[in-house]
Amino acid sequence: MTETADVVVIGGGINGACAAYHLAKKGVKKVVVLEKDFLAAGSTGRCGAGVRAQWGAEMNVRLAKAAIEQYEKADEELDYAPGIEFKQRGYLLVAYTEKQVDQFKKNVALQNSLGVPSRFVSPDEAKRIVPHLSTEGLMGATFCPKDGHINPFKATDAFARAAKRLGAEIRLRTEVTGIKVSGGRVIGVETTRGDIFAPVVVNVAGPWSQEVAAMAGVDIPTYSQRHQILVTEPVNPSLQGPMVMSFHHSLYCQQTPHGSFIMGIGDPHEPTGHDVGHSWQFLEEMAKKVCRMLPILRNVRVVRQWSGSYNMSPDAHPIIGRAPNVEGFYMAVGFSGHGFMLAPIVGQILSELITDEQPVIPVDKLGLERFATGELNVEPSVV
Amino acid sequence: MKKVAGEALGEMDALEESTIICRCEDVTLKEIRDLIRQGYTSIDEIKRLLRAGMGPCQGRTCRNLIAQEIAKHTGIPISEVTPGRFRPPTRPVKLGVIAAGAEGGEADD
Repeated sequence: MTETADVVVIGGGINGACAAYHLAKKGVKKVVVLEKDFLAAGSTGRCGAGVRAQWGAEMNVRLAKAAIEQYEKADEELDYAPGIEFKQRGYLLVAYTEKQVDQFKKNVALQNSLGVPSRFVSPDEAKRIVPHLSTEGLMGATFCPKDGHINPFKATDAFARAAKRLGAEIRLRTEVTGIKVSGGRVIGVETTRGDIFAPVVVNVAGPWSQEVAAMAGVDIPTYSQRHQILVTEPVNPSLQGPMVMSFHHSLYCQQTPHGSFIMGIGDPHEPTGHDVGHSWQFLEEMAKKVCRMLPILRNVRVVRQWSGSYNMSPDAHPIIGRAPNVEGFYMAVGFSGHGFMLAPIVGQILSELITDEQPVIPVDKLGLERFATGELNVEPSVV
Repeated sequence: MKKVAGEALGEMDALEESTIICRCEDVTLKEIRDLIRQGYTSIDEIKRLLRAGMGPCQGRTCRNLIAQEIAKHTGIPISEVTPGRFRPPTRPVKLGVIAAGAEGGEADD
């Protein structure tokens, strides 16, 4: 028996769940999401759980603002009783050099022009927002109260359940092993549980984006890199409102609504590929840095460390759109560590592209073509 | 004879559904059974959605009990229930202790 679908979505992370939801909501009849493990088992469930609209590039600000607006309404719109745990208490981005101060002021002007209510704050005001923040060397900060924390497992579950109610199918423990292409267009996928024929296939495979694209004969310049992270025991949940993020120290640290602190550091020497192991070096480096910046955390215990992959693109912007050489093959990949926070709007844009509608935010600049023409995007504010 | 918690499959049947299975995170048997009935049939999925096993003891008590519930519901032998991932450190450690050790100094306590 031959199985057919209208759209096959490869990847059961937040982007797969959001794409399935928006496609089903548009009335696409048979949407099948294929996930090789369980929902959010890859990069989504390993991420830092932060969402921010405080970006330095217009595209990222616009996408993130729209995504946050969807997350704000998600519990209600998706009728998700457990709640996605959106703690909207802001991000405090801290600056330690003149150059950063200048960049942050430019970023705020851009963000404000796009309707994001961020502002530049003095070290004193930063300390009022996060009283346990060390102001040593601090030259200023920016703060946006709309940014915050969301539980990635529950957010994925919320979109996936809503997609299912609208008729989408989500198949776990089903791995895509091949993509069928004929005459320059995609015709279906091969999986560990049989073939599915479909005129549209979407690559939202996160860390495996490059391998999945290669199955369709599409060469994309993404690669995956390990990022480590840890979580502490829960303590008084009202200790820290916003996420604190320092590009200078490549560090972020936030308190979840449950009371635990989640923190990570970026390290350019981390291995590339699919290594999601962990190291004691990270534990030491993280502890040293965070105890200096947020000294109150000295007495809080680490309970767990893990890692996940950033799926990197050469300009730290996602690649969104149709593959130029394969009809029907779409992708939203290479989020460079920011896939979770953009997913709801990306899912909507994918559904619009697939149903031949004008996307709510034009994403021509995010197409794969940019790497051939050299018209890259630039994002100055990345950990 | 001393019994390991939930050693015999039958034992769980006698428990009230309000029984706390994960003591660190206050997760009840009912919450776990509800998720299993909805198709979340691995320890990793249940851990992520309910926080069972995410507390300071890292699942030392609840992990086996959840595995039993999964086995009972799905009919697969408990030995074949995917055990879920174990993550370091083995015991909770204060960030200040790690930082002091890394800097070559003594911890405060």
